[in-house]
Amino acid sequence: MCGIVGLYLKNPSLESRLGELFEPMLIAMTDRGPDSAGFAIYGDEVPEGETKVTLRHPEDDYDWESLAGAMAEGLVTEISWFRNANAAVFKIRAGEEQVRAWLQESAPDALVLSIGRSIEILKEVGWPEKIAGKFKLSAMKGSHIIGHTRMATESAVTMEGSHPFTTGMDLCLVHNGSLSNHNRLREVLRREGIRFETENDSEVAAGYLAWRLEQGDSLKQALEHALEDLDGFFTFTIGTRNGFAVMRDPIACKPAVLAETDDYVAMASEYQALAGLPGIEHATVWEPEPATFYIWERDA
Amino acid sequence: MKTFDLTQNTVRELNQALHDQSGECMEREFDVFSPHGQHNIACGLDQNLSVNIMGHAGYFCAGMNKKATVTVHGNAGQGVAENMMSGMVRIKGDASQAAGATAHGGLLVIEGNAGARCGISMKGVDIVVKGNVGHMSCFMGQAGNLVVCGDAGEALGDSLYEVHIYVKGHVKSLGADCVEKEMRPEHIKELGNLLSRAGIDEDPARFKRYGSARQLYNFKVDNASAY
Repeated sequence: MCGIVGLYLKNPSLESRLGELFEPMLIAMTDRGPDSAGFAIYGDEVPEGETKVTLRHPEDDYDWESLAGAMAEGLVTEISWFRNANAAVFKIRAGEEQVRAWLQESAPDALVLSIGRSIEILKEVGWPEKIAGKFKLSAMKGSHIIGHTRMATESAVTMEGSHPFTTGMDLCLVHNGSLSNHNRLREVLRREGIRFETENDSEVAAGYLAWRLEQGDSLKQALEHALEDLDGFFTFTIGTRNGFAVMRDPIACKPAVLAETDDYVAMASEYQALAGLPGIEHATVWEPEPATFYIWERDA
Repeated sequence: MKTFDLTQNTVRELNQALHDQSGECMEREFDVFSPHGQHNIACGLDQNLSVNIMGHAGYFCAGMNKKATVTVHGNAGQGVAENMMSGMVRIKGDASQAAGATAHGGLLVIEGNAGARCGISMKGVDIVVKGNVGHMSCFMGQAGNLVVCGDAGEALGDSLYEVHIYVKGHVKSLGADCVEKEMRPEHIKELGNLLSRAGIDEDPARFKRYGSARQLYNFKVDNASAY
């Protein structure tokens, strides 16, 4: 089943309340996905040429401070960082490839949850409410956020199999549905150099979009190609550094509701997740069409 | 009149109060506030009640309705009025997929658009949609009428039995065994009655009629020997 939710702010004055507005949306989808939950928040962007990476370690009391010191020394650069439960966010004056190479070599047991200039992904097995509390979601600020509550079907109930999935800089995707051609597509994408961490079908969709964007597609072109190349059932909500998109497959058996006001665009699997948003009673509320995508982007 | 606020009462409490009227009716009018998209609101009614839902409803609203008039002053989620037996359900906004699925009787009016599979496997209900309907509408429809004042999506009336389909706008494509049929005086009259019951002001002469060509397996007498 799974529940997906997204909130994209058009009014910057709401950015300090993004987490507070979004937390009830995620929790409202517990019925659709009690196995695990996660979210990707965009905000607190680092300048061009710098990299922001979210890492997770299985040990709650992992010594992130030592890792930060070793990374600053190894990469010969400045690093700022903060801990959030068993994850930590690092802002590094270095490029993505350099950071990835150092992490692989020197901190192989720290899992990269997200990498980009703006994105932070946090996810965990368990009840959405518990996970939101653990990472203090309600206090978070940003421009847009997408989230997922999972009822597992195509792979195990593990943190690794939890959404959101990311495979490219600042790109992330949440999925309700199941893809039928993910095994073959994964092999094709691996040959094209896309990295995959799991056997999960949704990660393949994220990898596919990352690959199309690397090929020079705009988000619109990447989604047009995805409608041709992805086979199966899907409602996707997609985040990029400056954009937010929703797309449904031609069969459209996985639900979706969109709501738009002057202040925000909100997406959810079911309307009840949107019911608490400010001004929702005057919002334009509609069901996205089959085989159609909707994109909102701000200037890059 | 009795009012329920679904931030104060559960859907179960509301539905129990509605079901309690099925024997001896003590209260005919109910207003429901703050539905907030919750599922199964006003399901399984069996009395001549008038229920107004003031906001958006979730899945299966007014399912299995008998005798009652249920009005949603907002949108409805999937399966609204599914398996309705009689009475009337009116949606002031849009309805999601499978509106009126398998319904046996009564009248379902959707003043906005309906999503995919509107009237799937309908068995005698009358459905009038002021806007558009999505793909696969009236799939395997067995009896009743589907009226669409806007456009219809792909594969309208696929594997149809005896439903009469009337569409004023564009039909993206017809499903297997669904064909356009002649609009005779009795159909103009039937459609005029349906529009009038739904309270929708449209000229029946501007609609086209679609129905089953009766060419699929079940319609061939030669296949009767299989039983």
